[in-house]
Amino acid sequence: MKIFKLIIKNAFRHKLRSVLTALGIAIAVLAFGILRTVIDAWYLGVEASSQTRLITRNKVSLGFPMPISYREKIAQIPGVTGVAIGQWFGGVYIDAKNFFARFAVEPESFLSLYPEYVLSAKEKEDFLRERNACIVGAKIAAKYGWKLGDTIRLIGDIFPGDWDFVIRGIYHGADRTTDETQMFFHWKYLDEQLGLTTPGRMGQAGIFYVGVASPDDVVRVAEAIDAMFANSMAETKTETEKEFQMSFVSMVGTIITTVRVISVVVIAIILLVLANTMAMTARERVTEYAVLKTLGFRPGHLGGLIFGESLFIAILGGVVGLLLSLPIIDGFGEFLSVNLGSFFPVFELSRSTILIAVAAALLVGVAAAIFPTFKATRMRIADGLRYIG
Amino acid sequence: MANVVDVRDVTKSYARGNQKIPVLNNISLSVPDGEFLALMGPSGSGKTTLLNLIAGIDRPDAGSINVANTELGQLSESALANWRARHVGFIFQFYNLMPVLTAFENVELPLLLTKLPKQKRREHVHSALEIVGLGDRMKHYPSQLSGGQQQRVAIARAIVTDPTIIVADEPTGDLDKDSADEILTLMERLNKEFKKSIVMVTHDPRAAEKAHVIRHLDKGVLEDINHK
Repeated sequence: MKIFKLIIKNAFRHKLRSVLTALGIAIAVLAFGILRTVIDAWYLGVEASSQTRLITRNKVSLGFPMPISYREKIAQIPGVTGVAIGQWFGGVYIDAKNFFARFAVEPESFLSLYPEYVLSAKEKEDFLRERNACIVGAKIAAKYGWKLGDTIRLIGDIFPGDWDFVIRGIYHGADRTTDETQMFFHWKYLDEQLGLTTPGRMGQAGIFYVGVASPDDVVRVAEAIDAMFANSMAETKTETEKEFQMSFVSMVGTIITTVRVISVVVIAIILLVLANTMAMTARERVTEYAVLKTLGFRPGHLGGLIFGESLFIAILGGVVGLLLSLPIIDGFGEFLSVNLGSFFPVFELSRSTILIAVAAALLVGVAAAIFPTFKATRMRIADGLRYIG
Repeated sequence: MANVVDVRDVTKSYARGNQKIPVLNNISLSVPDGEFLALMGPSGSGKTTLLNLIAGIDRPDAGSINVANTELGQLSESALANWRARHVGFIFQFYNLMPVLTAFENVELPLLLTKLPKQKRREHVHSALEIVGLGDRMKHYPSQLSGGQQQRVAIARAIVTDPTIIVADEPTGDLDKDSADEILTLMERLNKEFKKSIVMVTHDPRAAEKAHVIRHLDKGVLEDINHK
């Protein structure tokens, strides 16, 4: 028999209590995983940001346009490798709940600035050739059952009217952080249609995507762009793609902070649950610890038994929690996708969340054992042998 | 014959709140090697306290205790734990076996503190359980054994490390007459056949009869020697 066997046997001495404690930890790890995944999903755009791309927008707000003539001027700034016009389209696909991001872009320059949106050569060629073509992300294509050649209709809100687009490409992300829930179509198509309906809105851009040669040039180029249009009718605000994404995240900063706090509270709760179990366990075994000491077991041995048992229950709960998390977070992501559209384009348990959950379970296992170990090792043998639990 | 236990001028008291309760008052006691000594006395007379001091699980307020040629007062807690593991076999009134371990595993417990390989440990445990007549109950858990059998497992646990001295605190106190007789016969055998020095605390005059020497403790004072 090894000490480890005694730890396992002790852990299952009160099977119901140990199972319930482990289950409590498992559920807490699951809740922690979901909360952290929500935070990760919010920060996904930030995480996926390029270090060599800038976003230029109207200094007043995103809702105000800029003249497209800015594009050529920006392109002249040393260090700029490419510029593409972009415009948030908005609109409704069948029903308002079918939300996904829709952008009018200059296709060629946009796709060269965003190589992470991967298309086949034929898809790209078809998309570039056809004025009312669009490309959509693989996730929304799968969700709505779209295939190449399908026509989809958007009901315009910012840009009123019925807008028909032919799907000529279904892009895949170059990695897991790439948002596969967006739709891109020709800015020219939007501009031409506006010429027919509201000519006054022609020739305007919502944002400029700006490619920069090196991350070292980013600050200089951003300052140069904004300086160039200072005191104009449409002053600009240029920021890195990361800062641009962060500005959206910061809008829900309080919610994210709350979620973060709750995720820490969840860990504190499981600590209390396990600490309570270990305290009860240690109290019940006072005489046994005294007997072990009598036999020559030292404080280190008792600590090993108590820490071992606490860690065993914590790890058991942590592992069960993580195993439950994988399918449940997948299902939760699916639920969010159905009910919140593409609000969270990527909703999956990240490696860092798994590592934090495992570390938290281990930490809880260690912390819950400290007080019982302290009491058991400090106890006088004679007192322990007299103890009536 | 050399003494296995030498208690000199030992005093011990316990604190209850602000009050100091004297338990042992200037006690001296010698136990020659190979002796079977019974300590008798009324409840609260200090028998168990004296036994605990001899076994190295408590420390006196004053005086010296030398057991198995070791001055216990000079040992650190850690050294005292090692000393107990090597020299003392303890038998409790309520057996104090680990309920989640089999008879074999309970007896093996003290050997986990030694460097004996698994095969040697197994041999020692088998021998100890055979001596106490439980060779066929090795895989039984305490709950599957009678009180007498549990106490025999506890005795096997006490002798498995071949200790210098066995201390027993009311070893028959929780047993029926037949089981108590079995245990006392076994202890007598350990003393005679295996030459183990035994110090036993008991209330039971029949148990004390098995000892070579009976000492009475009353109000913390040892009375005269009563040789059989």
